[in-house]
Amino acid sequence: MIKVNSKSSSIVANLRTSLRSDSQVFELEVKSKFPITGITAILGESGSGKTTLLRCIAGLENNVKGLLEIGETTWLDDKHCVPTYEREIGYVFQDARLFDHLNVHGNLQFAVKRSHEKVKKVFFEEVVSALDIGHLMKHKPDQLSGGEKQRIAIARALLIKPKMLIMDEPLASLDNARKQEVLPYLAALQNRFNLPMLYVSHSTDEVCRLADHVIVLHQGKVVIQGSINEVFSSARLPHVYQRETSTIIKAQITEKNERWHLVKAEFDGNMIWLQDHNQSIGGTVRLRIIASDVSLSLNNEKESTILNRLEGRIASIQMDSRGSTALVTIDLMNTEIVAQVTRKSIDDLFLMVGMKIWTQIKSVAILG
Amino acid sequence: MKFNVPFIVKISVSWVLLFLCPLELSNAVALIQPASANSYSLNIESQHANVAVASNFIKPMQQLKAQFEANTAHTIGVSYSSSGKLFAQIINGAPFDVFLSADQVKPNELIKRGKASPHKRFTYAQGALILWSSKTLLVNNSPDVLYDNKFRKVALANPKFAPYGQAAVDVLNHLVLLEQTQPKWVMGESISQTYQFVATGNADIGFISFSQKPDHGSYWLIPADFYKPIKQDAVLLQNAETNAAAFAFFQFLKSNEAKIIIQSHHYNVD
Amino acid sequence: MGLTDSDINAIWLTIQLAFTVTIILLIIGTPIAIWLAKTKSWLRGPINAIVALPLVLPPTVLGFYLLIAMGPNGPIGQLTEQLGLGLLPFTFWGLVIGSLFYSLPFVVQPIQNAVEAIGQKPLEAAATLHSKPMDTFFHVILPLAKPGFISATILGFAHTVGEFGIVLMIGGNIPMETKVVSIQIYDQVEALEYAGAHRLSAIMLGFSFIALLLLYSFQKRGLANKFRIGR
Repeated sequence: MIKVNSKSSSIVANLRTSLRSDSQVFELEVKSKFPITGITAILGESGSGKTTLLRCIAGLENNVKGLLEIGETTWLDDKHCVPTYEREIGYVFQDARLFDHLNVHGNLQFAVKRSHEKVKKVFFEEVVSALDIGHLMKHKPDQLSGGEKQRIAIARALLIKPKMLIMDEPLASLDNARKQEVLPYLAALQNRFNLPMLYVSHSTDEVCRLADHVIVLHQGKVVIQGSINEVFSSARLPHVYQRETSTIIKAQITEKNERWHLVKAEFDGNMIWLQDHNQSIGGTVRLRIIASDVSLSLNNEKESTILNRLEGRIASIQMDSRGSTALVTIDLMNTEIVAQVTRKSIDDLFLMVGMKIWTQIKSVAILG
Repeated sequence: MKFNVPFIVKISVSWVLLFLCPLELSNAVALIQPASANSYSLNIESQHANVAVASNFIKPMQQLKAQFEANTAHTIGVSYSSSGKLFAQIINGAPFDVFLSADQVKPNELIKRGKASPHKRFTYAQGALILWSSKTLLVNNSPDVLYDNKFRKVALANPKFAPYGQAAVDVLNHLVLLEQTQPKWVMGESISQTYQFVATGNADIGFISFSQKPDHGSYWLIPADFYKPIKQDAVLLQNAETNAAAFAFFQFLKSNEAKIIIQSHHYNVD
Repeated sequence: MGLTDSDINAIWLTIQLAFTVTIILLIIGTPIAIWLAKTKSWLRGPINAIVALPLVLPPTVLGFYLLIAMGPNGPIGQLTEQLGLGLLPFTFWGLVIGSLFYSLPFVVQPIQNAVEAIGQKPLEAAATLHSKPMDTFFHVILPLAKPGFISATILGFAHTVGEFGIVLMIGGNIPMETKVVSIQIYDQVEALEYAGAHRLSAIMLGFSFIALLLLYSFQKRGLANKFRIGR
């Protein structure tokens, strides 16, 4: 059982391990504390240690030292280490890892029989319908497509009734069509089953879509971590992701304009117009505004094709040590937005902290 | 220079074949044409004969071969095995010229099947049976140990086909101990295996040939009238009719010189 | 069929021996096979070699050393005597012990290979599904390694049936105790009873052929399953 109370609603992972393969050694050293609720993503390039970290948290690596606390429960400290089969996790492997000797129903029952909490029929049906695998029950793993295997692997992990769901790049081995197929299920999972999730990915797109909290790894170490917006709008975002610097916000749909096929989204008192993709009024959307899609103007340029113009004040300017750009953080009403502009422009326009400024948002990605 | 494996394998195999071939060829020649002159000898009269010998006769045979080859210019090659196996090989065409069996049954059978001449056979030795133990005090030159039942297992050669085994059964019958001892029997497939069982201590006592007796341990020299004589017959085989060496060796076996050697190994001769 | 009582006794004894040996080997061979498949210890190499020795060692060599070791002057013999069990040569159980050595690699290696082929992945998946080691063994390893177990059983049984060298050395040819079919045939040849030898040999040949046929037909089916590409 993972005990959680308001004081200890976080996961502490101070983990060190080294992996030996042939003549190479990979060292992982992570110090992290992240919330036990919502979706936490571990982002990094291949070889950064994401899977290793996940395996350490799951207890699948042997030589791990440090401290691992989940809420009030300790899985690893100097004195003892809880084995994998006693950790209340559900693990979705990158390669699904369904049991070849059982059909789909058998694979699911394997989990049901070993769940520490009784799995009621209602719950079973719910999981099956949530992942849409009812029609596959009698199939054997070698008869399934990649996407189907992955959905069944997720269902199996859910049926163990875990207190935390761990997913290792569940979409990596799928083609784009399959990815689009499975992604909505993942997004809905959090809501439907109210399960904290630890999600590993190398895709910023997936992470922006799903995560509430992000840990970015590089060569076995944490480079930056925090809430999704904190990390992605930060100037300290690793160079490799710099072009993805963005503001990620939750907004509410308040109005529809049938004439122009637009909807109005409001966040913290600010509002922007988005394309109408059949969102419902009152619904919440997650929006991503890439910093390089935000330009700054000293005046409110009404004579321009850019629809969304928001007034604010410059909160900070961070020069990029290499290259020609800088990241400007602008205070809007109750919230912040980041813009990536050229250093030349900052110079030309005499931009300074505290100045009033107009932000022009060229495009907004609706993440769902 | 890069060598690839197939190349190396081919070369190795070629060399091996090159070396083996001459040996194979010369052996084949010697076996196929025993009647023709042996190209390695100096005397055009000398020939080579192949002799099949029952295993129990190894030691005397080694001496006989040495003596024979010293006396004549002929050479002989010897194969040792159980009489049964040698018989099977002979009737299936094995290139033997002379057969020294451990009994009379197999030579009879060969003659019946036309593989040996009825005029060219005689008893070259008569075996003596003893009861032996590797333990020094167990057998005191009498059957006491059998009567006293002071043993766990007694070894004998399989009486079904081994003459020494049959002789052991004769002895036990004579002593009226057959039924009593049978539960404790251990049968060796050959007289040498019988010896092995006793020598390793797995059988406390065993019926073996006098010629096998080592210096240690204790034994009982069984009176000859307790068992049917173990007559060991030699035959000249069919394909050796014109082999001078075979014929010469056959004669040599009957000579006094040979008899002395055979007797020195505790066999009886007429 | 023209088989004598002696023939039938020999066949029955052979079946009993093969059965007993196969079952014992499955019980003791399985943990050895699994350990060999999974261990990273330096002992793996030497123990692999020891297990494989009976594959290359002439049975008569093995039998000869067993004769000495199990005899009154050997370590095993002295142990059995101390335990009040007497000596092992010339007994059914002596043959069983000898056969355990002789057929060991034929049981251990197929199981070892099958377990190795399973790899770590299914076991990790099982662990994340709250499966403890014993549970994983029975519900994941065993079913996935089933073909290996079947091979091991067939090979172990067939190999023991064909055993000769060891029995020759330590058997003592005792009817219903140590006189197995291979010895029976040998005796018949020695005694010039060729008809009987032909009969029994034909039966042995037929049996071995059927055993191997079964083995290979079963394996092929297993492979076919793996390579089938569905949908």
